[in-house]
Amino acid sequence: MDIPYTVKDRPDTGLYNGKLGIWLFLASEVMLFGGLFSAYVFLRTGAESWPTGADILNVPLATLNTLFLITSSVTMVMSWASLKLKEFDKFKLYAGLTLLLAASFLVVKYFEYTAKFHHGLFPSTNNFLGIYFTLTGLHVIHIIGGMIVIFFFWMPGAKMWESDPDRFTNRIEIVGLYWHFVDLVWIFLFPVLYLL
Amino acid sequence: MSTDHHKESIWTKYIFSTDHKIIGLQYGFTSLVWLLVGFTLMMIMRYQLAYPGNPVPIVGNLLGEGGIIPPEMYNSLGAMHGTIMIFLGVVPLAFGAFGNYFLPLQIGTIDMAFPKLNAASYWMYFVGSIVMIVGFFVPGGAANSGWTSYPPLSVTATMGQTVWLLGMVFLITSSLLGSVNILVTVIQLRAKGMTWMRLPIFVWTQFITAFLLLLAFPPLEAASVLQLMDRLVGTSFFMPSGLVVSGVVQNYTGGGSPLLWQHLFWFLAHPEVYVLILPAFGIITEVIANNTRKPIWGYKAMVYAMVFLGFMSFIVWAHHMYITGMGTSIGAFFQTTTMIISIPSVVILTTLFLSLWGGSIRFNTPMLFALGFIPMFGIGGLTGLPLGLAAADIHLHDTYYVIGHFHYIVAPGTIFALFAGIYYWFPKITGKRTNETLGKLHFFFSFIFMNGVFMPMFVQGLAGVSRRLWDGGEIYAHAADVLYLNEVMSISAWLLGLAQIFFIVNMIISLRGKKTGETNPWGATTIDWTDTTSPPLGHGNFETVPTVYRGPYEYSVPGADKDFTPQSEKG
Repeated sequence: MDIPYTVKDRPDTGLYNGKLGIWLFLASEVMLFGGLFSAYVFLRTGAESWPTGADILNVPLATLNTLFLITSSVTMVMSWASLKLKEFDKFKLYAGLTLLLAASFLVVKYFEYTAKFHHGLFPSTNNFLGIYFTLTGLHVIHIIGGMIVIFFFWMPGAKMWESDPDRFTNRIEIVGLYWHFVDLVWIFLFPVLYLL
Repeated sequence: MSTDHHKESIWTKYIFSTDHKIIGLQYGFTSLVWLLVGFTLMMIMRYQLAYPGNPVPIVGNLLGEGGIIPPEMYNSLGAMHGTIMIFLGVVPLAFGAFGNYFLPLQIGTIDMAFPKLNAASYWMYFVGSIVMIVGFFVPGGAANSGWTSYPPLSVTATMGQTVWLLGMVFLITSSLLGSVNILVTVIQLRAKGMTWMRLPIFVWTQFITAFLLLLAFPPLEAASVLQLMDRLVGTSFFMPSGLVVSGVVQNYTGGGSPLLWQHLFWFLAHPEVYVLILPAFGIITEVIANNTRKPIWGYKAMVYAMVFLGFMSFIVWAHHMYITGMGTSIGAFFQTTTMIISIPSVVILTTLFLSLWGGSIRFNTPMLFALGFIPMFGIGGLTGLPLGLAAADIHLHDTYYVIGHFHYIVAPGTIFALFAGIYYWFPKITGKRTNETLGKLHFFFSFIFMNGVFMPMFVQGLAGVSRRLWDGGEIYAHAADVLYLNEVMSISAWLLGLAQIFFIVNMIISLRGKKTGETNPWGATTIDWTDTTSPPLGHGNFETVPTVYRGPYEYSVPGADKDFTPQSEKG
């Protein structure tokens, strides 16, 4: 006997198990980042003075990074759509592009961090920088986690396309949902930390 | 999941198994061991409280100079007692063990939705629990800022606190994986005909518990990350400006708020209270319906009350914080929500109580524990009402009254329910019966000594004795009149420990006994008893996955040929 609905949708819920699982996981992630954003609001409203993000942080670089991530979300969808159209080569191309864009994001983030350290700005300097490094650091960990999974399906895990294409397509859909969430977190982080 | 019966090694079969039953048993054994460890810590502490400053017998040499518990060690023991009992003991047993083993059987599926994640969840829990214990062996001892880890104390505390936070991260990840698994399993893998309103109450409670764990734990993870940053990187999220400890100005940037931790912590920890009690309701409902031989009174009322309870538990958290100086308007909001949340609890308790009416009750061991649960939970719940109102709470806050209140919920409440569950489902797991005489001795002694431990706490608390006092209140004049109760409570606690020997002996004797060959010894209606293969269950649970035709508690249906009608019976 097999566990049902691992690939096919259950008729009354319209979902397969993995898709429901990732949505629930993302709900939990919303609460995690929600908790940290609440901490940000709590600290800022209680602070005597609070710097404007743009005075300390590099807005042009962050704008570039926003562009990278939004584009990577688009290529992620394209890679899943290519599998739905049975075009495996295009999947390889778009998933590779997604990885490249994510890596570019990390490189820019690296330069941002080192520039801050160079100017003597550390998490312990004040609470604004503390929450900046905590939130973006946690986000970077999420990016790296997503990259590892995408890389796995791009190279070694892609073998499954031969044996079980439907299941493989579902897996790309699931990692895609996660990737869009990570992108969405950045869409909130960017204005809150850099612009407000 | 293939059905080919290749020979499995002991490692893949019992250690790294992905079968929900084995994982349930792993959770069960591990958490029972931690319950014993957590209880042992408390039995040691109770010696210090009963006879302050006297060397502790037997284990004294491990504790400190001359066998006397030093105050810092006392704080460690207290913090770790709470942490171990809640995060390593009761929740993994109620949710990890019972949920894993019986939920798939009750909804009619061959396994959980994600068997590998299930195993990962157990191992995360196992590693997290080891990390927690490692704290005892680092310089300065284990975490000593209470199980609530309030800053600034916890930020300036010794290294054990860092270990505690790391352990929490593992435990939170474990509960995240476990709760996603339970939710997907219930939503996706219910057998044909198992509609939502045909789910046994046990499944409903596990389902709502999983939602609470999924959504309430992440804010604590956020708080743990922030506290780790404060401790390791030198930020001051929780550190106010100009903090002075023991006359020394602390070297922090400041500008943070200790209250931020309290908000994030209680946003988890209040739903956590319902994580502790909901699975207990579920087990008790199964046992009561089965042993009164009549349907549960008010099934739907119970389900709606539980859903409402789960929702409300997210907006009552600040009732733990009345004495932090919050404004009266915010206080009024949280007092109101707290009074509202008591309503569904009363509805649930009332339905259980009314379910006894007119039943032909069988007084076997699981039923005794279930009957013990109802008044004990009632005492715990009613004594909580004064704590939910700010005016009364200002007097009672942080006294032994609070300790008495929540221990009545968790100890003679949840833990009685867990014992009821163990005795009730033991024949399902092993195919053998437990010894009734030993079981009844276990119940009656536990019942008496539980009350011996916790009832005097209300008296001490009303007299104003604070919790977390190393000398049990000896130096305070206002405590002098109630100090003799310390010895009463301590002796009760040790006798309670001895009473658990009945349980351990019973388990060993029963496991060595012969199989009875019955699959449904209690005459139960739910499909975990009626449609599975004979215990111990093989991989796959069912010969054919059953179809469900009726509700979960059709006992003594008029005109039926026996006094129970299984859910899978046609017509």
